[in-house]
Amino acid sequence: MMGSGSNNQPAVSARNLRKRFGALEVLKGISLDAHEGDVISILGASGSGKSTLLRCINLLEIPDDGEVVVAGEAIALRTGRRGRREPVDRAQVDRIRMQVAMVFQTFNLWSHMTVIENVIEAPVHVQKRPRADAMREAEALLDKVGIAEKRDAYPAHLSGGQQQRAAIARALAMHPRVMLFDEPTSALDPELVGEVLRVMRTLAVEGRTMLVVTHEMGFAREVSNRVIFLNQGVIEEEGKPAELFAAPKSERLRQFLSSHLQV
Amino acid sequence: MDFDFLKETVLLLLSGVPLLLQLSFFSIAAGALFAVLLALMRLSGNPVLDYAARSYVFVFRGTPLLVQIFLIYYGLGQFPEIRQSFLWPFLREPYWCALLALTLNTAAYSSEIIRGGILSVPFGQIEAARACGMSRGLIFRRIIVPQGLIVALPAYGNEIILMTRSTALASTITLMEVTGIASKIISETFRAVEVFICAGAIYLILNFAISRAIALLERRLSPQFHTPALAAAVPERA
Amino acid sequence: MADYVELMGFGPKGWGLLMAQAALMTIAVSATAFALGSALGALVAWARVEGNRPLRIAADAYVTVLRGIPDLLVIYLLYFGGSQALTALAHLVGAKGFVGVNAFAAGAIAVGIISGAYQSEVFRGAFAAIARGELEAARSVGMSRPLLFRRIIVPQALRFAIPGLGNVWQLALKESALISVVGLTEILRQAQVGAGSTRQPFEFFITAAALYLVLSTISGLGFQRAEALGMRGVRRS
Repeated sequence: MMGSGSNNQPAVSARNLRKRFGALEVLKGISLDAHEGDVISILGASGSGKSTLLRCINLLEIPDDGEVVVAGEAIALRTGRRGRREPVDRAQVDRIRMQVAMVFQTFNLWSHMTVIENVIEAPVHVQKRPRADAMREAEALLDKVGIAEKRDAYPAHLSGGQQQRAAIARALAMHPRVMLFDEPTSALDPELVGEVLRVMRTLAVEGRTMLVVTHEMGFAREVSNRVIFLNQGVIEEEGKPAELFAAPKSERLRQFLSSHLQV
Repeated sequence: MDFDFLKETVLLLLSGVPLLLQLSFFSIAAGALFAVLLALMRLSGNPVLDYAARSYVFVFRGTPLLVQIFLIYYGLGQFPEIRQSFLWPFLREPYWCALLALTLNTAAYSSEIIRGGILSVPFGQIEAARACGMSRGLIFRRIIVPQGLIVALPAYGNEIILMTRSTALASTITLMEVTGIASKIISETFRAVEVFICAGAIYLILNFAISRAIALLERRLSPQFHTPALAAAVPERA
Repeated sequence: MADYVELMGFGPKGWGLLMAQAALMTIAVSATAFALGSALGALVAWARVEGNRPLRIAADAYVTVLRGIPDLLVIYLLYFGGSQALTALAHLVGAKGFVGVNAFAAGAIAVGIISGAYQSEVFRGAFAAIARGELEAARSVGMSRPLLFRRIIVPQALRFAIPGLGNVWQLALKESALISVVGLTEILRQAQVGAGSTRQPFEFFITAAALYLVLSTISGLGFQRAEALGMRGVRRS
């Protein structure tokens, strides 16, 4: 879905991100802009840096170089003692994370809380919203993702698909400007993938800004409005899904598509 | 079976139970606080703090509790600096020396248990909390402590039982808790077997009560590990 | 510092020799207790796993009781109780006075009985860790029960038991200090004697602590070595 931001500022912007783990350089200078309403699919082979890129945006990984800007605010970084990069102001990072919600491959629901407690945890304790409001909204969100009846269940009692949908509700409860999805269906049994993709499709149609690292080509082709193909730490190709899938320009992308598509 | 003797002995021994409970309770409580500090030192990422905590644990787990008690009770009094300090009225009393030794000892063992509990929380859940913008303090309080507690509880319960057992060593520095009274009765009456049975029974009953309490606590704290009742199963929406 | 070296040294006024001898005594009594505990522990573990109901209940009771009561009480029981019994026996044959049980014996047996309770837990866990599949495979090639026990169970159980046994050994080392209360001249008792004689308890008890640390560190290294040897060929998850 095409969207135009209320200002021309992108919702999220990454400039020239570099990241190395030990001797291995995983991101070699990646830049991307996501405007309001963009649904960007990030494709690539394992080790291409897709997850690392996503995790740099909400600073679960700290880039060695480059800049991350969320809603016009640049995250201030510096080189601390022992040469490690660290945020200048932790409170800024926490604040920015309230606007950037992440859905993980392994769901990561908090196992000592019920589903609904998981959903209201951040709104109540981080965003300081009143509990009653958060509860009401949480129930609506659980209904929206289709697991209203599981509100008082514990994560251990839910199927993978249900857990991921709960995680999506948890992310939505924070009223995020941007949603990051890190291979949301990779850990699911095949028959449960559909229910999660359906929810994600609904969110895209609503105009949410989403960055999705995925292997689900169908989703990338039909739901996203932009596709980025990462290879060995750089953006090899990017553009509209129709163009990329029908006529891939780079050899690597051609190989990648042929091994991942079942047509 | 000389029931009169047994009855008398049990009554005498019971008079030592309050002291036993005091020693256990306060040393476990103070030791727990210190143990949390030690665990956090080890997990802090600061190599100096980590090394200091590790050394402490190494020394206190590697030496017998009795040596630690003697060092504090007999050894510290050797130094004029200590004898003249404000601590002396405490450190010359066997009660405080025993309490100190027990506290320092249990802190070393407990810190490893607590550290294990903290480390057992799946990293993904901590990441999810960070991704929501939770501060470190909030994460520790809302995510790590509730789950770490449940994992650490069985081992900690064990430690509590071991501690109550260890209070017996306080009898070697004249404290008259249960074992102290028992050894006095034995040396006066030479009836070791009967006294042993009475004293042993008291400790066993105490331990039984403690393990029941811990099991209850475990059950109440972990509803999420119970299997859902079949009646509550709801058919999934298509 | 120089005073300390002289105090603990091996010179004419030094206590070093006596402390070293006491250390040997500690090792001796701990090793004896540990060996006893192993024999007991293996038996009790077997009873708990393969025994009939009364045997299992007795074994469970043994473990529960000995892990729940203070070690000091057990030592008192064996020493004073044993002396009582011995004295009564001696009087039967006409002797007079008090006959004391040998402190080494009483101490080693007491610590051995306690150690046995812990070791039975270690063996039980080690036995449970043996993969069922390996036992099935052995049975399916027709191994008899004694052969199965000897060739498959014992080697595997020993291998899994090593870490736990390392812990129990360190426990035995530390418990040997309690035997000082019935007069055995091991490390702690020797330190007490020295402390009383020279009015320098701190130096002596610190030395005692250091000796225990040295013994437990060396033991720890030894067990780590044994564990590495035992774990050859096992893929760690």
